[in-house]
Amino acid sequence: MNAHVQAPAAAVKTTCPYCGVGCGVLATPDGFGGAGIAGDSEHPANFGRLCSKGSALGETLSLDSRLLHPSVDGVRASWESALGTVAGGLRKVAEQHGPDAIAFYLSGQLLTEDYYVANKLAKGFLGTPHVDTNSRLCMSSAVAAHRRAFGSDTVPGCYEDLDEADVIVLVGSNTAWCHPILFRRMVDARAKRGTKLVVIDPRRTQTGEEADLFLGLKPGTDTALFSGLLVHLASAGALDYRFVLDHTTGFEGALERARSIAPDIAATAAATGLSDADVGAFFALFTRTKRVVTAFSQGVNQSAQGTDKGNAIINCHLATGRIGKTGAGPFSLTGQPNAMGGREVGGLANMLAAHMHFAPEEVDRVRRFWSAPRIITGEGMKAVALFEAVERGKIKALWVMGTNPVVSMPRADAIREAIKGLDLYVVSEAVADSDTAMATGRKTVLLPAQAWGEKDGTVTNSERRISRQRSFLKAPGEARADWAIISDVAKRLGHGEAFAYPNAAAIFREHASLSAFENNGTRDFDIGAVSDISDAAYAGAKPLQWPLTKRGARDGKQRLFADGQFFTFDKRARFVAVQPPALAQAVSEDFPFVLNTGRVRDHWHTMTRTGKSQRLSAHRDVPFVEIHPDDAAAMGVTHGGLATVSTAHGTTVLEVMVSGGMRRGDLFAAFHWSGATASEGRVGALARGIPDPVSGQPELKATPAAIAPAVYRSRGFLLTRDQRSLPAGWWWARATIQGGSGLHFATQESSREVALMLRGMFQGLEIAEYADHARGRYRFAAYDGDRLVACLALAPSEAKPGWESEKAYFAADDLEPSARRALLSGRAETASAGPTVCACHGVGLDVIAATIAAGAHSVEAVGVACKAGTNCGSCIPEIRKLLPQALARDAA
Amino acid sequence: MKERLVVIGNGMASLRFLERLTERAPGAYDVTVVGAEPQAAYNRVLLSSLLGGEVDEAACAFRGLDWYEAHGIRLITGAPVTQVDRENALVMVGETHVLPFDKLVLAVGSLPIRLPKPGMDLPGIITFRDLADVAAIRKAAVTGAKAIVIGGGLLGLEAAVGLARLGVDTTLLHVMDRLMERQLDHHAAGLVKRAMESRGVRVLLKADTAHVEGDGRVERLVLSDGTVLPADLVVMSVGVRPNAVLAQGAGLDVGRGIKVDDRMTSSDPRIFALGECAEHRGMVYGLVEPAYEQAEVLSRHLVGEEAAYPGTSLATSLKVSGLPVFSAGLIEAPEGAETIVMSDPGLGLYRKLIVGDGRLLGAVFVGDIAEQGWCKTLIRTGEPIADHRDDLMFGRVHAPDSQSLAA
Repeated sequence: MNAHVQAPAAAVKTTCPYCGVGCGVLATPDGFGGAGIAGDSEHPANFGRLCSKGSALGETLSLDSRLLHPSVDGVRASWESALGTVAGGLRKVAEQHGPDAIAFYLSGQLLTEDYYVANKLAKGFLGTPHVDTNSRLCMSSAVAAHRRAFGSDTVPGCYEDLDEADVIVLVGSNTAWCHPILFRRMVDARAKRGTKLVVIDPRRTQTGEEADLFLGLKPGTDTALFSGLLVHLASAGALDYRFVLDHTTGFEGALERARSIAPDIAATAAATGLSDADVGAFFALFTRTKRVVTAFSQGVNQSAQGTDKGNAIINCHLATGRIGKTGAGPFSLTGQPNAMGGREVGGLANMLAAHMHFAPEEVDRVRRFWSAPRIITGEGMKAVALFEAVERGKIKALWVMGTNPVVSMPRADAIREAIKGLDLYVVSEAVADSDTAMATGRKTVLLPAQAWGEKDGTVTNSERRISRQRSFLKAPGEARADWAIISDVAKRLGHGEAFAYPNAAAIFREHASLSAFENNGTRDFDIGAVSDISDAAYAGAKPLQWPLTKRGARDGKQRLFADGQFFTFDKRARFVAVQPPALAQAVSEDFPFVLNTGRVRDHWHTMTRTGKSQRLSAHRDVPFVEIHPDDAAAMGVTHGGLATVSTAHGTTVLEVMVSGGMRRGDLFAAFHWSGATASEGRVGALARGIPDPVSGQPELKATPAAIAPAVYRSRGFLLTRDQRSLPAGWWWARATIQGGSGLHFATQESSREVALMLRGMFQGLEIAEYADHARGRYRFAAYDGDRLVACLALAPSEAKPGWESEKAYFAADDLEPSARRALLSGRAETASAGPTVCACHGVGLDVIAATIAAGAHSVEAVGVACKAGTNCGSCIPEIRKLLPQALARDAA
Repeated sequence: MKERLVVIGNGMASLRFLERLTERAPGAYDVTVVGAEPQAAYNRVLLSSLLGGEVDEAACAFRGLDWYEAHGIRLITGAPVTQVDRENALVMVGETHVLPFDKLVLAVGSLPIRLPKPGMDLPGIITFRDLADVAAIRKAAVTGAKAIVIGGGLLGLEAAVGLARLGVDTTLLHVMDRLMERQLDHHAAGLVKRAMESRGVRVLLKADTAHVEGDGRVERLVLSDGTVLPADLVVMSVGVRPNAVLAQGAGLDVGRGIKVDDRMTSSDPRIFALGECAEHRGMVYGLVEPAYEQAEVLSRHLVGEEAAYPGTSLATSLKVSGLPVFSAGLIEAPEGAETIVMSDPGLGLYRKLIVGDGRLLGAVFVGDIAEQGWCKTLIRTGEPIADHRDDLMFGRVHAPDSQSLAA
C-alpha cells in the first residue's frame, strides 16, 4: 500500500468530509501515512459520535489510486506546463467563442475557500456565468424553496431542534443511513422525551423501519400529502393566524391550490396511495403537536417538482408559525460536507456570490468589491443544461473540480461521450481512476488536488455551522490546494492582483468581508464578525454558526425567523401555490417501473474514498436493484440473481434484492458504482434527470425503467491482493476487502475456460484447485509460500458461491491447513461471521444471530456481547430486526 | 494320523495363513513351515523404516518362536527349499531336510529383479527385499556416502527416503516420466516427488541406467544420456517377479506366477499357492492386502469351509514415507467419463475422482485418504455417487448444518 510519509503527531481537530451533518473528527496521524480517527466530543454536531463512514476515514487515506502529478493528454507534465496549458486553453476558447463557452463544474467536496476562488475567477474575471456544482444534484431544490419562501437561502433551525422536537417528520430521507448521527439524536430524543418519528418515503428504508408512523406513499406525491395537511390545518383551526397575517403573504392562494390538490383526508389518501387511517393519523399528530420538525432531503429535492415539494412542506410550517422556534421548523438535511459553503460563496449558476444574485445593485456591489470589470450580469446554466451545452458543443472548455459527473449525473453515458468533444477538459482531482479523471477531451489536463486530511479551510454544515477542515497529512506527490491551483491559473490570465492569496485564511477573510459588504441586515448570510480574523485565530477557530454579524453575538444565532423578519423586500415570507403532483415521465409498456436511485449506508457518492475501506465495502458489495417480491416473481428475477435494468438512457446489470420494503411498481438502485467499481453498475446513466423548472435539480428518483433477468452461465468471486481486471463481457463488481480487492463476477465462460484463464493469470505461484467441470464448479487459490495471494470460486449461477469465509481467510496472513482445505471446498471450517451488519466493529449477521440466540434479547445486550451497534448505531435497525420480538412479529 | 501340511515360505502371507488356519481348526493339520530367511516371518512393510532407523528390528517381528511351538507348528528357518517332488509328495531342503506332505502351500513370494545391464554384479549393488538387504545397505551407507536408488516404485521410494534419513546423499532414478506410474497420475506423482525431495532425496525421472562401473566395487553409474553419477552404493528396486522356480521344477502350471484357481489351488489339487508367487485370474499382486485375502480364503478352504477368492480390486493405499497415498480403479478418465479434482500442493493434498455414468470408476488420493475405504466400496459396487460427490472430495461432514458448495 502506498502511504503518506510523515512523523506521528498530536490529534488534529477537523471535520468529516462526508455528509452535511458536518461532524467533528479528531485525527491522530500514526506516522505511517494513516491516522487514528475519533469523534470530537466538543463538536456541537456530533459530540464525539461518528457513523460507520466517519469511523472508517482512517482506511481511506492510502495513496493507492491517487492522482499525484499533473498530466496533459495522459503525459506527465510539470505544474508550470499544465497550468500554462489550462490558462492558454481558457484564453483561446474565450477569444474564439466568448467567455461563456467556458464552464466550471464544482463540488460540495470543495472547501469554502476553494469554492470562493473558483467562483470569483469564473464569474468575476473570466466572465462566464456557467459555474455549477454537484450540489445541484443534491439540494438545489431546497435552496430554491428557501428562497421562494424566505427570500433567502436560509436554514431556519438547528440540530438542537431535533433534540427538542415532539414530532419529527422525515420526508424523502433515509436518515438512519445517510445522516446517521442526526438520526441518533432523533432516536435519543424519542428515548428522552417520547418524540414520535414519522417517515414519509416510497420505500420502507431502515429509517422507515424505525418509524412510529411510516407512510409509504406513491413516488412523487409528497406535494399532495402536504397540500392535504395544509388544508387540514386550516380546517382544524390549527393555524397561527397572527403569524400568517403579520409576516407572510400568499396564504389564500396557496390554500386554494392545496384544496384543489387534496381537499380532505380521503382525497389525500387517494392521491398518495396511503390509507385514510395513516393520513388521518399523520394529520392529527402534526396538528396537535407544536414542536414539529419536518426534515427533508434527497427524496424531496431530487425531483422534477422538488422546489414545490419543499414549499409544500414550508407552507405548513409558515401556516402554523412553527419556524425558527425551539424544536420546530422545516429542516433541509444537506447531502454534502460543504454544499452549504458552496451556497454561501455563490458557487451555483443561479447565484452570484455571498447569497447575492443578479439584481443590478447586487452585481454592481460585487463588481466593486472584487474590482472585477468583466463581472457577469445574469444566471448561467445549471448542471443538466450545462452538460447538455457540452453535448451541443456550446461549451468548449470545462473545468471539473473534485467531483465525478461522469458517474453521478443523469444520462451519465451521454455525458462521457459529450466530454470527448471539448476543446479543453480540465479535471482537478485527488483520484486518478475515477470515471471523470479517465474521460478525455480533445485536450485533457489532470491537476492533482489535495484530499481530505491534506487540505485546509472551512466547511459549513446543515445547521449553518462553519467548521475547520484541517490538514494533518503532508500532501503527497505534487498535489496542491484547489484555491492555489485556481489562483495560479488566474495569475497566468493576468489577474494576479485579485488572486494574490497567501493562504486559505486570507480567502476566508475576503469571503467574510464580502458577506458583510453593504449588508446592513439585508442579507441572511453575514459573517462580518470574522472578516478580520487573524491567521492564528483562523487556524484555531472553533465551529461557528452564522449569521455572525459585526454587531451581533460572537457565537452567532441558532435560529432565524421566529421574529417573522424574512429577507424578502417586504420582510414577509411567501406561501407558494404549488403544482399538483405528477411525475415528469409516465411509465410505459416498455418501461413499466419507476426507478428510484439513492445511497447505501456505508458508501459515499462514487466510492472513490469509501471504496478504499474494507469495512465500508462489506455492507453492500455489489450494485443492486431492490424490487417488491410480487414484481420479482412477475418479472422472473430472483433474489441474488442478476437483472438487466434499463431505461431509455442506459442499461445496467444489477444484483436483485427482493424486498418487502419496496412498493409494487418501484425499483431502487444505489448510484455509487462507477466504471471503476463495476462493469455495468452505472446507475446514473439510467436516470433521465428532467430538471425541476425552478431549481434546475434533476429528477433522480423516478425514471421509467424495465427489468429482466440477466442470464449468465456462472457466478463467482475472485479475491486478489492487487486489483485485477476481468475480460470484457464478464459482469463484475469490485469491493475492497481486508488485505486486498474482491470481485464478484458472472460469466458465460465454462469453468474449464475460467480455470485456464486463472492459471495464466497467476503463473509462477503455487496453485491449489478444486474442479468439477461436469457440474461447472471450480475453486482456485494461489499461494506465495504460505501466503494466500488469490482465490476464486465459480459455480453455476443458481448456486452462486458466497465469499464471507473466504474474505476472512484472505485477511489472515498465513492459513492453517484446515483453512486451506475449507477454501478449496467452500465448506465451513468453523462458523463464519456471516454478512457484515455492523461495519464499525466488523460484526457479521451470524455472529449477531448467535449472540441473540445466546440470550441477548435487546439491542443493548447485543452491543455488550459483541459490540455490534455500539459505535455509530446505524446498524441498530438491522439488529433490531433480528431480535426475537421482531422475528415473532414478522412471522405473525 | 493328521494330514501333513507343509508351507514353503515364511513371509507375511504365510504367517497370516497359519494364524487363520490355527484359529479356525487348531491342530487340524500337522504343520511344517520352511523359510529361507534365518528369521521367522517379520513385517516386511517396515523395512524402509528400519533402514531409516525409525524402528528397530524387534519392532518388525510378528510372532515369537513360542507362538509357532504353542500352535504345534514346526518352523524351520534358514532353509531354502531346493525341490518339490510331486510324485513322492516330498519337499527337499538341500541335503538337510526331506519333508513329506499331504498338502503343500507355496508362499515363496517374489524375487527382486536385477537390471540386465553391465556391471550390475559389482559389489555395492544391493537389492531391497529383506532384512539381510537392509543390513547390507546400512553397512554401506556410511557418512558421506553417495547412494543411488534405481526404481521409482513404492519400495524404491522408501529405500531412498530411508537412506536420506541416514544422512546419505541419495539420488532416486526412475526410467518413467513419473513416480509410481501404475498407481498415480501425473499430479499425484508430482506430489509424491515433492514429498521425496522435501525429505532430501534427489529424484531424476526418465533416467535410464546404461551401466555401472567400478574397480572391484561400484563407483559410478552411467545413464543412457551419458550422465555420470558417482555412487558408493546402488540399491536396485526395479520390481519383482513371482518366485515360480520351485513350481516350475515341479511341473506345475506356471504363467508369470504359479497359476491358482479361486481356492488358491494350483494345477495339482494337493498344492496351493498364495501371496506374490501366485497368479490368480492372470493377476499377480505385489502388495500385502491381496496376500492376506488369499490367506483368508485358503485357510477356510483347508478347513472345509466354502471360500473363494474373487481377486482384489486394484487399490493401493500406502504411505510413502509418511505421505498417505491411495489409488483405486482407473487413474485416468476414459472417453466420456468426468474427472473431479482437488489439489493443494502446498498441503501435499490431492484428490481425483473418475466418474462415468454417475458411478465411481477410480480414485487417486494423496495426503488425506480418509475416504479410501468408501471409494473402494463404491468402485466395487457401482452404486450411484450423485449424493456423495462433495463428501468423497472433501470428506464426510458430520455436522448437520455444514454448508455445501452450493450454499
